[in-house]
This record gives sequence, C-alpha cells and structure tokens, in this order.
Amino acid sequence: MKTIVPFGPQHPVLPEPIHLNLEVENEIVTGAIPAIGYVHRGLEKLCEIRDFNQMIQVCERVCGICSAIHAQCYCQCIEEMMGVEVPDRARYLRTIWGELHRMHSHLLWLGLFADSFGFESLFMQCWKIREKVMDIMEATTGNRVVISVNIVGGVRRNLDPEQIRWVLSELKFVEEGVKSVEAALLEDYTVKRRLKGKGVLTKEDALLLGAAGPTLRGSNVAQDMRQLGYAAYGEIGFEPVVEPDGDSYSRNKVRFRETLQSIELVRRAIDKLPEGDISVKVKGRPEGEVYHRVEQPRGECVYYLRGNGSKNLERLRIRTPTFANIPPLLTMLPGSELADVPVLILSIDPCVSCTER
Amino acid sequence: MKMSSNVIKNFLSKSSTRLYPFEVRDPFDACRYELYNDIEECIFCGNCQRTCPSQCITVDKTSGVWDCDPFACVYCSICVEACPVHCLHQKKTHREPATERQMIHMQGTPPQPKKKAKKTQKDDNHESNA
Amino acid sequence: MNNVSDITLDALVAEVLKKKNDGWRFVTLSCTELDEESCDILYHFDKDLASSHFRLKAPKATPIPSISSVYFSAFLVENEIQDQFNLKFDGLAVDFERTLLLDEEVTTTPFCRYGVSRANQ
Repeated sequence: MKTIVPFGPQHPVLPEPIHLNLEVENEIVTGAIPAIGYVHRGLEKLCEIRDFNQMIQVCERVCGICSAIHAQCYCQCIEEMMGVEVPDRARYLRTIWGELHRMHSHLLWLGLFADSFGFESLFMQCWKIREKVMDIMEATTGNRVVISVNIVGGVRRNLDPEQIRWVLSELKFVEEGVKSVEAALLEDYTVKRRLKGKGVLTKEDALLLGAAGPTLRGSNVAQDMRQLGYAAYGEIGFEPVVEPDGDSYSRNKVRFRETLQSIELVRRAIDKLPEGDISVKVKGRPEGEVYHRVEQPRGECVYYLRGNGSKNLERLRIRTPTFANIPPLLTMLPGSELADVPVLILSIDPCVSCTER
Repeated sequence: MKMSSNVIKNFLSKSSTRLYPFEVRDPFDACRYELYNDIEECIFCGNCQRTCPSQCITVDKTSGVWDCDPFACVYCSICVEACPVHCLHQKKTHREPATERQMIHMQGTPPQPKKKAKKTQKDDNHESNA
Repeated sequence: MNNVSDITLDALVAEVLKKKNDGWRFVTLSCTELDEESCDILYHFDKDLASSHFRLKAPKATPIPSISSVYFSAFLVENEIQDQFNLKFDGLAVDFERTLLLDEEVTTTPFCRYGVSRANQ
C-alpha cells in the first residue's frame, strides 16, 4: 500500500527547512518530491540597488557557513571583469581563510551527521574542535563566521608573524582533535552499520545528475574546482580527495579526509606566504560578463555576473552546490528505509538558505 | 566503542565550557563589535552612509545628527575604514543585553561653512528611544 | 567567457542531447532579462573542468522546450526561471507551476524589470 509521508520542513535532524514528500511502501521509500522556498530571500535581486562593492557583504550572507568563499568568488569575478591583478599575498591569505572556512564547515557537518544517526557525544566532540577554528577566525579577522575580509582588489586584514605562529600552534590542537574522532567516525561498528551501502550513488548517476563536491567525489569522480588553480591553489599543490563506493560512508570519509587536507593546505599556504601588499586600489566599473567557479565545502559554486558599466550589476546569478545536489538526493532515496532518510538527506550536506538565496 | 577513550578523557579533564556570564573570555585584539562614533571629531561627510552595505547609518549634515540602527548593522567595519577623520571605532565586545530596543542617536556640531563657529549643544551618546 | 555558441529554440534539445552523449555534465542555466520582449538564457556545461556554454535568446511569449527530459537535474533551475522571469518551459519533469520559490499568492515576477503579472496569463 502506498502512503505519502511528508518529511520536513521542520524535522529534528534538519538545520534548515526543506520539505520532501516521500512515497512509502511498507517502510521502504519508493519516490520523493522536493519542495523548497521556505527561506527564499531574493538576494540576487539586490544587485540592482546596491553598488558592486556593497554586494560583497550581500554575497557573504548567501550562506553563513561558507561566507568567505562566496565573497572570494564574487571578488574574483569582479576582478576578472575589470582586469585587476591581485597581489600575491592577498591570494594566499584568501586561500588560508577559505580553507579555515572549509575546516569549520566540515567539522560542523561531521557533528550534525553524527547527530543524525544518534551519536550525540561525537556531535559535541566535533563542535568542540570546531570552536578552535572559530577562535582562529575571530582572532585573525575580528568576526567568527561572516569574516568579511575580501574586497575587490585584495583582502582587508593582514597576518603578522606573531599571529601566524599562534595560528600554527592552534592548528596543531585542531589536528589532534580531528584525529581523535577518526576511529569513532570511520571505524565504529554501529556507525558503519548505519552508513555502509546506504544511499548509493553510482559514478554514472553522479555525473549525469550533476552532483557537486563531496557528493561527486564520494562517487569516485576526481573533480574539485580547486584544481582550476584559482587563488593560491595552483602553487601550493592540490590533489582532490576521492572515495570509490558512492554510499553515505564514502561521503562521510571524503569530508573527514578533506578536513585534514584543509589543515595541511593552510600550513602550506602559510609556509609559502609571500611578502608584499594585501590589496590594490581599484578604479572603474565592471562591464561585460563573467562565469566563474570555485569549490565550496559543499561543492562547486557557480557565479555568473553581467555588468553594464554602471555601478550596479545588471545580473548576478549564483548557483550553489546544494541546488545541484538535490536531484542526486532524489535518486538516492528510492529503495532506502524510512529510518535512513534523515541520514541520507544529511549526507549531501544540505544548505537550504544557500539553495534558495 | 571507539568513542570511549574520548569520553573518558573528557570526563577526567576540566570542563571545556565557561560559566558565562560569571566567567568571560578576554576578547581578541582584532574583534570588531559595537560601533561608536567620536562625535566631536565627526565632520559629517557622509562617507559611512554611502559605503555601508546594510544602509544602517543616516548622517544629516545640516543639523549634525549621526544615526545608526544597530539592528541592521552587520559589523563589517567598512564604514570604519572609509572614515576620513577616523572618528568611527568598534569596541572589542558586543553590546550588553538590554530590556529595551536601543538605537544609536548622536548629536554633534555640524561643520560651519563660515569662520564664526557657532557653539551648539554637543554630544549626547546612546540616547535610547523606542 | 569563452566557448559560447548561439543556439535556436528548435535546435535546443537536440544540441543538448549531443552534449550529453559527448559526456558533458550539466551545470546550470543563467537567465537575464534583455528587454520587454526577450530573455537571454545561458546553458552551462562542464567536462573535466572545461566549460562550454549555449546562449539562447528566448522570446518571452513562446514556451521554451525543457531539457529536463535529457538532463533530469535541469528541472529545478527551469522551475526557478519560471518563478522569476515569467517564462514557460514545455515538458518539465516536475512542474511546480511557479511555486518553487514563491508563494501561490505572488502574482509578480521579481526578476523582470518590465512588470509582467501572472494574473494576465
């Protein structure tokens, strides 16, 4: 007998509102239809009344968790339009803050994911480690989450040698912390039973449905926008993290390994941090169109900007990673048990405010 | 089971949370929270109003009023950097919780176009109104 | 932006199908309003980090063939464009009828500067 079970928009496991109509047959999900639109804010439209410098702060607020990377992407777009060469030090600093953001986003997700399969103490442990990363951001930029350091032409804050020493020593604690939860997240019997073989997304499906980020890399596709070598990634060396199985466990492992990789990338960037200016003066107004992609904690983020030479942009289009990951989610769900649905939904790391902008 | 070593470690080590508000961590030097204006030095140029991304600042040059809606402010410190006379500052701590909605309304001396500087009434910080 | 090729309404689905058979991954659509009559829709594709785009100049009055039969994942973004630009896509896999992001009561299309209301459709 077929039953429709509404899932969400308010559900204990969901940090943000998304609604799914699940078609259920004897506890087995046979189909799912999504409904979004609970937190639509129309931020893209704001580009018509805010000038292109003020839009940086708007873009940061598209997503709270990956705000620095949104601003970075937006600034890179405008710089490409106006032909601005960013100083080397600014590119490295952007990389450092971007990776710190990835670290805290992944730790947040690892905690929420643990919570989704009922592992409360692991959730607390992950968020405890995350707090160290937040401290690093507050001490180096002045704010905890929406750090607002990117401007067109560079960055607004600098790191002095003393701060760098302190950041490196704090990162050691973060690394120890992350390694201390490795056994619980990846080796634990109960965790494996909840995740292995659940929500399998094959490599072909992932490519066909346009999955992005860890969802794609968990399905054995080595694609990461950081390979494009924007900011300093081309110089510090970067290899995407890939896992072969395509199930929830793989996606979990990809994110766990990326957290450690981010720590390593921050160290490499600090190691190679060049001296010099952190920003250049920018004159003129954006004109033309530009299409730019960056890698966010959740995956590939696409910006399309069109300027007409006035101080307001004509069009700002943002395609966030969760938007791309909803169709793969819809193919993961059929065939799974109703009790696994929360885990599967969280395994794509849904960021609904991002999705709806 | 793999979590046990962490659990025991946490049980034996001291608490990782603080008894806020009795025990408060020292703020970092770089922190940027509560915005305030040294109204005596303000020249009412309106740079802060123009650059503010959330448009929370209103400057009136003729009457010398500097208004800020702290509930719209996003603490990005764009205005602080845009200020030509460096009279805008941000404190290291955020505002205390309050029972009333507090807007920032400051009355200063508007710039005098002629040499004869008229004395008007000065500063009146953080006057609360609903 | 390079690697952009123009495309017409009739050839759209066939060209997109060709892309799919060549192994391109669908990224997204970007829509911009040009004037009262037409919109500019960009189809973005990706293959091993390389990008390719189709540009379609779509008149507002005629429905656009949906590519969600080729790439299922296109249905979300096509619904979004329906919400925001008052365009109509034909043959959508899942049609939210302009309620994906907006409420049913909303009769305006937020991204159109030349106000078109849904009521007179």
